[in-house]
Amino acid sequence: MKSVLDIIAGVLADNGLVTAFAFVGVTVWVSYWLSARLTRGRIHGSAIAILVGLILAGVGGAATGGKNGLADIQVLAGVGFLGGAMLRDFAIIATAFGASFDVLRSAGIAAMISLLVGVLGSFVVGAVVAYAFGYHDAVSVTTIGAGAATYIVGPVTGTAIGASSEVVALSIAAGLVKSIMVMTGTPFVARFIGLDNPRSAMIYGGLMGTTSGVAGGLAATDPKLVPYGAMTATFYTGLGCLLGPSIFFFTVRALMA
Amino acid sequence: MVIYGVALLAGCMIAGVFVGDILGEILHVQANVGGVGIAMLLLVLITDRLRNTGRLPKPTAQGVAFWSAIYIPIVVAMAAKQNVIAAIRGGPAAFAAGALAVLVCLVLVPVISRIGREDGGAGGTRVADIGDAPETGGHQRGAGGHP
Repeated sequence: MKSVLDIIAGVLADNGLVTAFAFVGVTVWVSYWLSARLTRGRIHGSAIAILVGLILAGVGGAATGGKNGLADIQVLAGVGFLGGAMLRDFAIIATAFGASFDVLRSAGIAAMISLLVGVLGSFVVGAVVAYAFGYHDAVSVTTIGAGAATYIVGPVTGTAIGASSEVVALSIAAGLVKSIMVMTGTPFVARFIGLDNPRSAMIYGGLMGTTSGVAGGLAATDPKLVPYGAMTATFYTGLGCLLGPSIFFFTVRALMA
Repeated sequence: MVIYGVALLAGCMIAGVFVGDILGEILHVQANVGGVGIAMLLLVLITDRLRNTGRLPKPTAQGVAFWSAIYIPIVVAMAAKQNVIAAIRGGPAAFAAGALAVLVCLVLVPVISRIGREDGGAGGTRVADIGDAPETGGHQRGAGGHP
C-alpha cells in the first residue's frame, strides 16, 4: 500500500502547473509579509519574492545537482513550466497592454542607441575581464565577452566560433551573474540613475539586455515600467547574437594577432 | 468574452515570434530577433485601435489584463528555476565579467537618457501620469501594489 506522503507527492507531481500556482502564491504571500514586517515596505515585496525564488533555486540546484533550480525537484517541476520562456514571454507581452505608444515612439532613437551601447559595453567589459583572467585567444575572449551580454549570446557566439565547452560554460555563468544582479539590484539603484519614467526604463532595458533580469528588476522597482524595459531588452539578445560571432570576433582577432 | 482577449494576446505573440524568427533567418543569427518586442508593439497598436473604435469590451480586456497581472508571479517562478549554482561555480572570472558589465551599463543609463530629451516632448512623462489615465487599462498592473 502506498503511504500518504507518496500519494501527496503523486498529486503534486501529476498537477504540476497547478502546484506551481499554489507554490508561487505562497512564496509571494510570505515575501510581501516579510516586506511589510521586516522592512516596513522599504524593500518591495516582489523584490523579496524574486530573491526568495533565487535562493530556492540555489537550494534546488544543490539538492538535485540539476540545472533548473527548484524545477528539478519532481513535485515542483511545474515551477519550471510556469517560469519557462513560453509563459514568461506571454505575460511580458501582456504588460504592453496599456503602454503608451507615443512614449515608445519618442524614445525610439535613444532606445536604439542604448541597445548598441549596451551590447558593445558589456562585450568590451567581458572581453577585458577574460583577458585579465588569462584567456589570451580570440575565441575565448570573444565568447566570454559575449557571455557578459547575456547567457544566450555567450553560448550562441561560442558555438559559432568553436569555443571549448569550458569557456562556453564560463560565458553562461557570466550571463547568469549579470541577470541575477540586475534582477536583485535594480530596485536599489533605480533612484540614483533616474529610473522612474518609461523613457529611462526603455534605455535601461536596452543597456542591460537580459530579458529575465530587466523584467524581474523592473517588476521589483515599479511594475508600470516593465513593458518599456522589456520592449527594448527583447531586441538585445538578437543583436548580440548578430554582432558577437561576426564584427566582435573579427575585431578581437585583429587586435590580438 | 475573456477568451477573445487571451486569443488576441496569443495571436500577437505567435505573429511576433514568427517575424522574429524570420529576421533571425535573414540575418543568419541563431536567435529570435525581437520577437517579443514586435508582439508587444502589435498588441499596443491593435488594442489602441479597438479601444478607439469602441470594440474592446471589458471581458476582452480582462483576458489580457489577467496575464499582465500574473506577470510578477511568473517572474518569481522564473527566478526559482535559474541555474544559481552554475553562476556561483563560474568563479571569479564569471562573476567579474557579469558584475562589471552591469556596473558599467548602470552608469550609462542617465547618460543616454539625456539623448534627444529636449525635442522629445513626451519623453519626460512620469509613469503616474500614464497609469492614472482611466482608459489606458494600465491600472490593473498596480495590483501587485505597494503595501
